[in-house]
Amino acid sequence: MVHLPSHLLIAPILLPLLTAGLMLALGDRRRVINTWINVASTALGLAIALVLAWSVHHDAAPGSSAGGGAFGVYLAANWAAPFGIVLVLDRLSAALLVLTSLLGLSAITFVAARWNRIGVHFHPLFQIQLMGLSGAFLTGDLFNLFVFFEVLLSASYGLLLHASGPNRVSAGLHYIAINVVASSLFLIGAAMLYGVTGTLNLADLAERVAQVPAADRGLVEAAAVILSIAFLAKAAMWPLGFWLVPAYSAASAPVAALFAIMTKVGLYAMLRLWSMLFATPVGESGYVFGGDWLVYGGLLTLVFGILGLLASRQLGLIAGFSLIVSSGTLLAAFGLGRTALTGGALYYLFTSTLAVSSMFLLIELIDRSRLLESEFPNADDADPVPFFVDEMEPPPGTNLDEFQEALTGRAIPAAIAFLGLGFIGCTLLITGMPPLSGFVGKFLMLSALADTGDGTLSASRSIESSVGVLEWLFFGLIIFSGLAALIALSRTGIRMFWTPRDRPSPQLKLIEGLPIAGVLLICVLITVRAEPMIRYMQAAAAGLEHPKPYIDAVFSLRPQPGPSTAPVLLPPAAPSRAGEGGT
Amino acid sequence: MELVTAIAIGVLGGSGIWLLLRPRTFQVIMGLSLISYAVNLFIFAMGRLAVDRAPILTPDTPPDLAHYADPTPQALVLTAIVIGFAMTALFLVVMLANRGLTGTDHVDGDEGED
Repeated sequence: MVHLPSHLLIAPILLPLLTAGLMLALGDRRRVINTWINVASTALGLAIALVLAWSVHHDAAPGSSAGGGAFGVYLAANWAAPFGIVLVLDRLSAALLVLTSLLGLSAITFVAARWNRIGVHFHPLFQIQLMGLSGAFLTGDLFNLFVFFEVLLSASYGLLLHASGPNRVSAGLHYIAINVVASSLFLIGAAMLYGVTGTLNLADLAERVAQVPAADRGLVEAAAVILSIAFLAKAAMWPLGFWLVPAYSAASAPVAALFAIMTKVGLYAMLRLWSMLFATPVGESGYVFGGDWLVYGGLLTLVFGILGLLASRQLGLIAGFSLIVSSGTLLAAFGLGRTALTGGALYYLFTSTLAVSSMFLLIELIDRSRLLESEFPNADDADPVPFFVDEMEPPPGTNLDEFQEALTGRAIPAAIAFLGLGFIGCTLLITGMPPLSGFVGKFLMLSALADTGDGTLSASRSIESSVGVLEWLFFGLIIFSGLAALIALSRTGIRMFWTPRDRPSPQLKLIEGLPIAGVLLICVLITVRAEPMIRYMQAAAAGLEHPKPYIDAVFSLRPQPGPSTAPVLLPPAAPSRAGEGGT
Repeated sequence: MELVTAIAIGVLGGSGIWLLLRPRTFQVIMGLSLISYAVNLFIFAMGRLAVDRAPILTPDTPPDLAHYADPTPQALVLTAIVIGFAMTALFLVVMLANRGLTGTDHVDGDEGED
């Protein structure tokens, strides 16, 4: 078995940071070389993430105590677990690292064609954003999670404003205000948890929360709820998610494509925190606190997303609402807290994020091809109801009669064919239609929901073996959300691609089609080879449900012996964290 | 001392939330600042309030939290202050850009009926 160096664990954080520093030092004017560095670094990041995911799945994670294990633990600054800053890699975080790097690579390839010329410091900000995302997925410490949230948020403010314009600045203003308030809530929640338990390390928290006296139990739950408001605002749960659609549809295409993972950071934090604080004993499913609220919130978010989908006609809004639908689905699935369901939801997370992200890229290409046609109404105008306006009448001279000669035998330009195919692919993925992986994800969730307890899907199952009302409601909403997305997308697709009009072939660069084609290819791949992926996700879900091995892995790793063997005077509780204080 | 601190945090936080909900960007940024002060005080208070205790170990005192101030919240508060400061500066820039682009300091970029 290959033995990986333990420092590989911190590479997903260090690599983007160093790349960003290098690009800042090179200066913003060297666009070509910066683009190459950025693409190369992101590709290297993807390779590292893949290696990490592989190692975690094959019990060979770097940095684990016995030279191999399902958890990678890295003691930054070489302090033992509850005192220093610790990075933890498990299956879930490794999968999300892979997803982040995939989105990053696809977005940066897209940027290379055009977008990096419209604004300053795109590349360093992009890398800092990747660093924040990787850090948030890797960290095993609540306060560090806050720091990485701030890193990714501050980069995202810059990226959202990239290429400027009144729309972006206005959306950015709201986005920043909401996120600053959410960060304040995060701090309050984290401080409360510290005040009650005396620790910020997630594994340590998990152990100490169990010992909290009943009188203080309410404080722990209040702290968790305050934290979860901060996370759910990022995950765009219904009453907290109004910022998402305006912000994402205002952002430039590659930025929105990368932002598709941002809601998942909130979901991940939620999942991790609840798995640590409120996991039920082995053999039971669900959470001891707050799981129901996640389900209700998720269902409401689903309804909101469905209504939004049905009401919107611009592709940007549709993609934004698809993200909200996917957030709602995931929240409800996670809230139910069953291994099989969570596993299916994680698979769905992977494919829906990829699909929406490439949808954001496609939208830009489609909009651009439409902007070439001078008299065609621009999607960005607040256009009236589409099918009943004069402009949509075929202008005189348009050939609507299929028996006439001119229409037959007209070649479809390659670019239009590509855009159309890409659009169909993304639609299939977002709506969850067969044959692509969106279907597999939704099917996994539906079958886990309908599983009454005598199936063979999951080893540990819900105590109540009957399928409740909530489950059926969720079941129906998943299917209905697919229908709503299908209606919205095909309505818009018909308007975009099938309106009879002499359109000049849009100018597409190969490099802009590449990320979309690549993402679709990956989705085909994880459909054809779905089984190992599903097994991986189920194992990740099982790990979340039973956090004990995670906790043990964090505490079992001892610091490396240093060159000086002098004993260090250690206070028993919570010494100063030098690394954080110096930020 | 607990009561005074609690009232201070409450007043700061309440004023901050009220200002945050006002329609002018300047009021919003003042509100965000007040909220961040309230949060910083709150983090401090979570390390328990104590007078005349240093977070530095001395040889003749037993090393437990009954004799020292908890240094972790102080480290946290330092980080939070720095981050909050940077975010306020960034927000100020975006606010001015918004003012320049829309010609109004209303948060939505137009006056509405307000």
